[in-house]
Amino acid sequence: MINSSSDNVKKLNSINRRMFITGSLKFFIMVGIISRLFFLQVKENKKYLTLSDKNRIREWKLAPVRGEFHDYFGNVIAGNFEAYQLHVIPEQVENFKYVIYRLKDLLELSDTEFKKVLKKKKESKPWETLIVSNNLSWEKFSKINNHLYDLNGVKPVISISRNYPFNENFTHIIGYVSQANEQDIENTELIKKNFVPGLKVGKIGLEKSFEEKLIGTNDIERYEVNAYGRRISQLEFQKGKKGQTLKLTVDTEIQKLANELLKDKAGSICVMDIFTGEVIAMHSSPSFDPNLFVFGISQDNWQIIRNDPMKPLLNKTLQGRYSPGSTLKPIVALSALENGIINTKFTVRCTGKTELYDQTYHCWKKEGHGYVSLRNAMKMSCDTYFYEIARKLGVDKLSETAKKFGLGKKVFDNLFEIEKDGLIPNTQWKKNALGKGWLLGETIITGIGQGYIQTTPIQLCLMTAQIANGGYKIYPKILIDDKDKIKPSDYYTPLYKDSRNIKIIQDAMFGSTNEVMGTSYRSRIDNPKYQFAGKTGTAQVKKITERERELDLKTSEIPYEQRDHALYIAYGPYVNPRYALSIVVEHGGNGSTTAAPMAKRLFKLIIDRHEIRQSINQKKYLEI
Amino acid sequence: MYQHTRLTNNNFTFFQKFRNFDYILLICILLLGFISLTTMYSTDGGKILFHTKSHFTKLMVFTIMMLFISFINIKFWFSIGYLSYIVVVSLLVWTYFFGITSSGSKRWMDLYFINLQPSELMKIFIILCLAKYFHRMKLENVNSVYTILTSLIIILLPMGLVIVQPDLGTSVLIAVSGIAVLWFAGINHKYFIYTMLGFVISLPFVIAFLKPYQKLRVLTFLNPDKDPLGAGYQIIQSKIAVGSGGIFGKGFLKGTQSYLEFLPEKHTDFIFTLFSEEFGFVGSVVLLVIYIIIIYRIIAIGANSRSYFAKLFCYGFGAAIFVFITINMSMVLGLLPIVGSPLPIMSYGGSSMLATMIGFGIVMSARVHSQQLIA
Repeated sequence: MINSSSDNVKKLNSINRRMFITGSLKFFIMVGIISRLFFLQVKENKKYLTLSDKNRIREWKLAPVRGEFHDYFGNVIAGNFEAYQLHVIPEQVENFKYVIYRLKDLLELSDTEFKKVLKKKKESKPWETLIVSNNLSWEKFSKINNHLYDLNGVKPVISISRNYPFNENFTHIIGYVSQANEQDIENTELIKKNFVPGLKVGKIGLEKSFEEKLIGTNDIERYEVNAYGRRISQLEFQKGKKGQTLKLTVDTEIQKLANELLKDKAGSICVMDIFTGEVIAMHSSPSFDPNLFVFGISQDNWQIIRNDPMKPLLNKTLQGRYSPGSTLKPIVALSALENGIINTKFTVRCTGKTELYDQTYHCWKKEGHGYVSLRNAMKMSCDTYFYEIARKLGVDKLSETAKKFGLGKKVFDNLFEIEKDGLIPNTQWKKNALGKGWLLGETIITGIGQGYIQTTPIQLCLMTAQIANGGYKIYPKILIDDKDKIKPSDYYTPLYKDSRNIKIIQDAMFGSTNEVMGTSYRSRIDNPKYQFAGKTGTAQVKKITERERELDLKTSEIPYEQRDHALYIAYGPYVNPRYALSIVVEHGGNGSTTAAPMAKRLFKLIIDRHEIRQSINQKKYLEI
Repeated sequence: MYQHTRLTNNNFTFFQKFRNFDYILLICILLLGFISLTTMYSTDGGKILFHTKSHFTKLMVFTIMMLFISFINIKFWFSIGYLSYIVVVSLLVWTYFFGITSSGSKRWMDLYFINLQPSELMKIFIILCLAKYFHRMKLENVNSVYTILTSLIIILLPMGLVIVQPDLGTSVLIAVSGIAVLWFAGINHKYFIYTMLGFVISLPFVIAFLKPYQKLRVLTFLNPDKDPLGAGYQIIQSKIAVGSGGIFGKGFLKGTQSYLEFLPEKHTDFIFTLFSEEFGFVGSVVLLVIYIIIIYRIIAIGANSRSYFAKLFCYGFGAAIFVFITINMSMVLGLLPIVGSPLPIMSYGGSSMLATMIGFGIVMSARVHSQQLIA
């Protein structure tokens, strides 16, 4: 018993000692757990709170509303319209197969379209919206609405989309929008930021150039979602900002007339304010309907546009490089005057052709013009005269003047990425580009705007405007609030050495249009209100052989691709001029018969519209 | 001598038994039950659904059972020490052959009204068995080779049966329960130190023998961000839930991590995460304090028991409960790899609660019959 009890005591001592050790161990472990809790919940609380919000809150971005384009008078030329769409959330549909086949019947979907929808459905989650149709006609939309009772889960939706109310009229200025592709997203930060599936972005033209101003910002919906991504409740709706509305300097009426004049022809018309540089109209023909691209162009339509021999995709005003032909003559004459090579009394005898450096150069008039002075040479567009002064002037001096007046370089800088430089050749250029010396014969033909020289219609328009305004530099613009790019000191920089030389050229151009024997006399307007001065041009697209010269075929007898381009530059009204224009009709035959009559119709409208344009201007000032 | 007769008086009246109850322990257990019920209500999304109802029923039945157990003399529990162990071992064997397979392991036996998980019961009955084994043993015999071998067999047998289910977590907890008793029984501490050292040294080899999914858990614990949506998902989401709770929590029924189903296993192993998210640091500490009081009362009851068996059982059970709690919490707080281990009383699961309540019942019985000597 004593033994046993002493053993008991020992046992108790042992167990109590060990209990004490265990107790202390427990204490430390508890302290460990509590400090861990403290660390997570108090010290790192912010971090985990953020993570928890990241878990549960998800944002849905909606497509932003794109800014509009307005013309000078506030007419919408690229706007937004309500597109009728049909959305289906497959999860909410009891019998998806039934509904989708029912929709196929109602919408008369083709098999390929139908397959596309089914493919899309397979790729998305059942609670994600499936767009069955993105632009329904009103008839089909209302038809669906009438059948909604047995289309459970189908949602008719009105969504905002791009619309070009004047169809093909402004395509080459504004361009068009279409679904953003990977390149668009990669290249533009704002597209990446605002991207939502189906977002439409500018692909070409001003739509592309001003993407960042037009795009706007997304509406953002914040939802609480569960671990599987299902929306539980909406937490917030953040309204996005509509893109900036851009006002253009163009006049829709004149633009429409330009389109009408060039109907079924390939070519370009552009009209410019000679003081402000505002582009009043700028049209390249043929054009195409930009609305076709908004929801993705169909293969058939695309092939039609792409394979058109008149090349509707080409913006001829900015991209078309043409020999200026006789429209260069004002610059040649001006250059010769400025450099003191000739004066107004300088006379050349034209016999219809001239022998220079073992080559025969022909004047357009076989019989020749006889003795011609500068004014008459311009008026009748005598080639012999200009061969002679070009020879005396030399190509380097000529190119200097031509470049000064805006030929051979981009008019809008980087505004249109497709714009081409054109080419004003000189001896240095030829050595660098072709590695050959300049031939004197090449100077001769440059004098009548043939040979290497290439200009775009917009450059010709700028040149004409700068002659018309008395020889001062202007900065063409198409966007009204585009001032910031031009330094005030750049305004009214004279481009001439002697202002009288400009007057001489203006007078010669007046003669060309308004006096008997002038090349565009038939297109003149006698009413001083509309009277304009111009210069015709006919640009050869190939060298005329001796045989052809003898045949002397009429334009209609020559195959289309070999016909000459018809050009015309003009400004008006002659007294107090305000507007300049350039017209190019590809393979139009002859400047005086094809292009100049268009100017007559244009000037009538331009001058009539001038007062309305002015009244808008005054209103603008009054408002300030 | 008078005192002696009083102390050896075995005729406890019903009223006396009531008086001898440890009311602090009882209140804490009921409080814990209440907290677990509200938390379960929250996991059901603030509605009384299946889990809440089932948990409530179990809580009621098992609490009554616990009270019933406490009225039974501690001598009885001593007498069935070996028997109960043998019964549970046979249940484990039965499970091995006829158990229900669920999510890849065979842990449950179908009792028609309840699916019993015998491995959970073993956590308690191994303590009972070893406490009985060491009760009569003289201290000098405790460290004999025979004793150590026998007790190791007692521990390793159920462990092995549970490992093959496979259920590493529970088998480790069974081992911990058994080892706790060995420790209190006075087995030389150098054995523990050697075992620990041996374990640490052999750890890399053990890992090499683990099943791929178990290996993944260990690796995930070491670096959960390696595969945040796969293996690391549970622990990352659990830490986010706890951490975002802050000092006062997101509020009852407002735990976004659990409501939006980011939390895995929120009814069972991760119930503390949900509680901690909704009630924050303060709530978690309060819960911990309740657990600490329970453990403290268990130890106090052991200390006041006259019989060595009761002492051993209480100390062993107290240590085991402590380990269950800390392992579960360390796991959800990212301090230990994920092993399946429920939080006593809080977690949903009948077998675990049954075992815990039996444990509490025996402890309470030890309290009620604290003066009972066992020959």
